Formats: sequence, C-alpha cells, structure tokens
Amino acid sequence: MSHKMTRGKKPLLPQELHPMDQWLRSERMPHIWCAGCGIGPTLYAWVRALDTVGIDKDKVVYVSGIGCCGRGSGYLDVDGFHTTHGRAIPFATGIKLVKPDLCVNVISGDGDIFSIGGNHFIHACRRNVDLLVICTNNFIYGMTGGQLAATTPIGDYSTTTPYGNIEPPFNTPYLADASGAVYVARWTSIHVRLLEKSIAEALRMKGFRYIEVLSPCPVNYGRRNRLREVDDIAKWFWQSSVIRHGADTREVQIEKGKPIILGNFVKREKLSYYGELKKLEEKVKRAAEAKK
Amino acid sequence: MGKTVLTGKHFWYGNIAIAEGAIAAGCRFFGGYPITPASEIAEHISKRFPEIGGIFVQFEDELASMAAILGASWAGAKSMTATSGPGLSLMMENLGLGVMMEVPTVVVNIQRGGPSTGLPTLTAQGDVMQAKWGSHGPYEIIALSPDSPQEAFDLTIRCFNLAEKYRVPVILLASETVGHSAGKVIVPPENEIELIDRKKPTVPPEEYLPYKPDEDLIPPMAYAGEGYAICTTGLTHNEKGYPDVSAETQEKLVRRLNDKIRKHMEEIVDVEEENMEDAKIAVVSYGQVSRPVKRAVKMAREDGIKVGSIKLITIWPFAENVIRKWAKQVELFIVPELNYGQIYLEVKREVAGNSETVLVPRMGGKLITPQEIYREIKKVSKK
Ligand SMILES: Cc1ncc(C[n+]2csc(CCOP(=O)(O)OP(=O)(O)O)c2C)c(N)n1
Ligand code: SF4
Repeated sequence: MSHKMTRGKKPLLPQELHPMDQWLRSERMPHIWCAGCGIGPTLYAWVRALDTVGIDKDKVVYVSGIGCCGRGSGYLDVDGFHTTHGRAIPFATGIKLVKPDLCVNVISGDGDIFSIGGNHFIHACRRNVDLLVICTNNFIYGMTGGQLAATTPIGDYSTTTPYGNIEPPFNTPYLADASGAVYVARWTSIHVRLLEKSIAEALRMKGFRYIEVLSPCPVNYGRRNRLREVDDIAKWFWQSSVIRHGADTREVQIEKGKPIILGNFVKREKLSYYGELKKLEEKVKRAAEAKK
Repeated sequence: MGKTVLTGKHFWYGNIAIAEGAIAAGCRFFGGYPITPASEIAEHISKRFPEIGGIFVQFEDELASMAAILGASWAGAKSMTATSGPGLSLMMENLGLGVMMEVPTVVVNIQRGGPSTGLPTLTAQGDVMQAKWGSHGPYEIIALSPDSPQEAFDLTIRCFNLAEKYRVPVILLASETVGHSAGKVIVPPENEIELIDRKKPTVPPEEYLPYKPDEDLIPPMAYAGEGYAICTTGLTHNEKGYPDVSAETQEKLVRRLNDKIRKHMEEIVDVEEENMEDAKIAVVSYGQVSRPVKRAVKMAREDGIKVGSIKLITIWPFAENVIRKWAKQVELFIVPELNYGQIYLEVKREVAGNSETVLVPRMGGKLITPQEIYREIKKVSKK
C-alpha cells in the first residue's frame, strides 16, 4: 500500500485497510519505535480525534522537533515538518500565523519541548498562539539513549544520573497554566479513549492548547528504574492514576509512590494571538481613515 | 490598506531602506529579536506591517525568530529577520535547517564589532566567514553586501529574489555604518520592481516529490495546506523528503544543495569594477569600505598610479572568476577590511601566487579612511 494511493478522496477498501491507515504513510513502515513505546498509541489517539472532529486531512499540519517522538511527523500522511531540537513551536507559529485556516499541531518529546524548547513553550502560551501542543513525556531522553530529562522524577536513574536524579522535574501542566495556555490536560498513552476525547475537545478550541501524555519508554527509562518488563510502566500508570478533572495544576506534580493525577485541568476563553493581531490591524486602519 | 511601495525620493537611514526594500519585495512575515544596531528594522516593520496586512512578531529570541521565518515561508509568505552578530550566532542552528529543507527566506545582519558582545554600537565586517559557514555541515550560501542606503534598499529586494529563485536563506551582510547612515533612496514605481517568486509544483499531489529537482537543480515548492502532504526534515532525505541516512543519499543531496548555487555563479555573482582596464594594482573591497576605496583610487589615479577597484556586491559565493581573470593583469591586490583578513584569504587563494595580496586590516569600531587606503596604494606602487 503506497501512501500515494491514499491521497486525495479516493474510497478506501475496508477489507484491506484499517480505518486509520489513510493517515499513515504506509510505505514508511516499519517505524523506529520499540515495543511498548507510548508514542504510537498517542498518535493513534490524535488521528482518531482528527477524524472524529472531521478535520480535512489536507489542512492538518504536524510539526515536530528532534527525538523518538519527533520522528512521527514523517510517518503520517499530512504536511509534516521535522524541525530542529526544541524549535517546533516557533516553526509552527510561523505556519499558523501565515495560514490561520490550517490545523497546526506540535507533537514532540519532553526534552524537546521542555528542556531545549522550554522558553518557546512558555512564550507561546503567553502569546496564546493558536496551536495544539501534545508532549509525550517519557521522563527521559529516549532517542539519545536514556539521559536525564527536565521531567525525570527525583531519585530516578538515567545514563547521566547514575547515582539518582537530584533535580526536581517540571510540573508541565502547572507551567502551561501559569504561562497562559487556554487548555491544559494530562493523560497517559494507556488511556487512549480518554486521551482521544481530550484531544478532540482541544481541537475544537482556539488558542494555545497543551496536552501532556505520559508515555512509556521501557527501553531507556523503565529498564533503569525497576520497571523492567515491557508493560511495567503501563501497569504503573494504570494502577497509580486518578482522574480529577479541573484539578488545581499546582497539585499535579508527578512523584514516585504518589497518585498520578490525570484529567482535563484548564479550559478558559481568551482571544488568540491571531485574533489580537487582526484587532490591531483594524485599529491601525481606523486611525488611518480618521486622519484622511 | 496603506501603501506598500513608497515610490519616490526619500532620505532614509540604511535600516529603514532595508525594511522598505523588504516590503517592496513582498515580505509579509517578520520575526525578530531586538539588537543594536539592527533594531530599527524591526521597529519600522512593526509600524508598517499592520497597515499592509503583514505579520510582525517579536519573538523570545533569535532561535525562535529564525525557526518562525522558515515556518512562515513554508506557509507561502516571503519572510525575513534582522539581527547583529550575537543574534546571527543563535540563528545559525535554523539557518542550517533552512539550507537543508530548502526554504527561501532573508536574514539581515547589521554587523557590529565582535567577538561576543564586542562593540554593540560600532561598525565591523567580522562576520563574513560566519555568514559562509557559521552553521555546521558543508553548504553554500548567498550573501550580498550593501555600501549605502540606496544599495541596502536595492539589495534587500535582490536578496528576496535570489532566495525565492534558489530556495535558500539569503544573508544581507550590512554593517552599522550602513544601517545608521542616512542617504538618498530612490524607490521606483511598483511595476518597475522586478520580483521573482518560487516555483510551484505543476504536477498533482500524487505525483509530487518535494525534493525532486528540475534540471536547474531546484525542486518546486508546495506550501503547507495545499494537499501535497509535504514531508520535510533536517535529516538527510531522499526525493520524497523521507529520512534516508545513508552515504549515497547524503552524497546526492548535499552535492545538489551545493551545486544549485555553484552552477549558477554567473547569475548570482555581482561586482562593480572601476578603472580596471589598465590597472596594475587593484583594491578589492565590499560594503561600506568600498566608499573610501573609491575616493582613494581617484586620488591615486590623479598621481598617475595605475590602480583600479573591484567592489564585491555578492560576497558569497565568492567572485572567484573575477579575481582569477584580473590576476593575469594585476600585479598586486589590496584588500582593506574591518576584520583581520577574511575576504583577503579568498582573494589570496584565487590569485594563487600569480600576484601579491596585501591586507589592510582594522578590527572594527571605525571606518578606514580614504587617506589610509591612499597611503597603502602609494606604498605598494613604489615596490
Ligand atoms: C541541538 C541539539 N542538541 C542535542 C541533540 C541530541 N538529541 C537528539 S534527541 C534528544 C533528546 C530527546 O528527548 P525527548 O525530546 O524527550 O524525545 P524522546 O526521544 O524521548 O521522544 C537529544 C538531546 C540534537 N539533536 N540537537
Ligand atoms: S527509546 Fe523509548 S521513546 Fe524511543 S522508541 Fe524506544 S521506547 Fe519509545
């Protein structure tokens, strides 16, 4: 099945295709992700949500940075931009502001979005740029072999914290909330249905929307942190998670041995950056006309 | 709507001329971060864009600015940023991405003294080599250097045209004394400004390969949202835009990225030659230094010295054929620069021992005077 056959509006043969295959560049399979990785299920939830909301595939833009998760933009049959480490958000901002009718999404790893790209994240929240940002947080740098991330829980092991991590991690929903995002949620890649619903809800909104997806990395995180089996992290997520919609984001920090709070935390209305830009243009135009 | 092209005669600072040149070239997206001595470009554009429907964003840093102008270009806008040395250093990351993804865009560098924070308010030409290879990997770039507000206006338009034609980030390598000096700028009528737009695909989406070049080595460019399912990456990629990290694909892709510039040198390279017909001495200069050179050559000619001037308007790719040609006649090349010898190295390499090459360096901070260059001409003419 070549991806070209799925382009355009040709009917698909149900017996040959999984309903989601039309979103895939099938000729690029197999993908690089390991067994048990949470990135694939996250993307599955995303495309299902796009389908549910009924967004035209030709209008979907997928921007990613660098990392295991960053590779996703090359696997889906939409406009895909695999950019530089940390810079997916400003790159996507450029696209969205020029073509406001497009559905622009950033899907990338926690190192990408919160370490090297942290500054862009908070400023895009503050500006309320019209983007959906999904971060697959696997608590580690997957692509480069398991180094410390800005999301690694205290005490955890990585290849650069061989004696255990001493740095407190970011509480990313709180960061997004405090910086001005209009939608903030946290799910895990195990909670595919709820994640899909949350993404669909976010897709229907405007402004800066952020969803953190806790995502197993059995290979580079689990193995070093007593979550050795492929589904150990999934089990941890399943057993420890508590759904609390509207939770105060100050209280959702992830700590080992404590419940993981999931849910749709923040939903607020605010004119998006593009909306403000257009308002400004109007103001300038009116002032110019008054002068005449 | 406000007027886009301000046809007429103006008295503008170089930085304003650059901003207006960009607007006249069709630039409608600007992403930047304030820095002396380039800020006036952003300030002027922030005032003009809301009048003409352009999008101006002051980003959180130059990393974001550079990334955003690439994104904007992929969405179909002509885009630009403007900075100075410290900012250019940060932009190098995504300038490389622009080279690899083949994104038309323009980066203005109003040079100031370096290294590091250096001389924020004073002039220099220290970023010539950084403009060429400041980002990692083997690539070719186009950079132009203006010597006056009028040339700043004209060359900004040319930067956009070259960027669009060759699908590359193009650098306008100006400097503080050009950005901050005022001069007469004539803006032609809109219909007399020749503009080039990037090639668009002529095939339907199912036949489109985003990195399959035409004979001119340049692939047509689809925009985001047009149904072409663009796949693009900073990784080494094949014609489909898919990552393919093999030596063979690297060879093919990177060779083409270089060749699409190298094989069009004749079209890209622009120099101004004066008094060269019988010259035994040639002064090679660029940007602001060309102005004192002009005076110095005139003074020396009055003394009967056979000296001419070669002004490089295109800095990169280097005008190697021009230097090689004149090296057959000229016995000595003088290269005055506001650095410790950057273009001098290029000249010397092309002269290849056929003539002598003399550097007149200044580390920046102030211009070289006509008298200083004249004295140098006098000195070498006695050899
Ligand atoms: C500027 C730069 N620095 C470092 C790297 C190396 N690098 C590649 S991916 C990565 C981290 C990936 O971690 P994350 O963003 O969490 O994504 P994951 O692989 O876990 O999905 C790093 C440091 C790079 N590509 N670019
Ligand atoms: S290393 Fe981790 S994040 Fe990367 S593909 Fe494997 S499981 Fe996923």
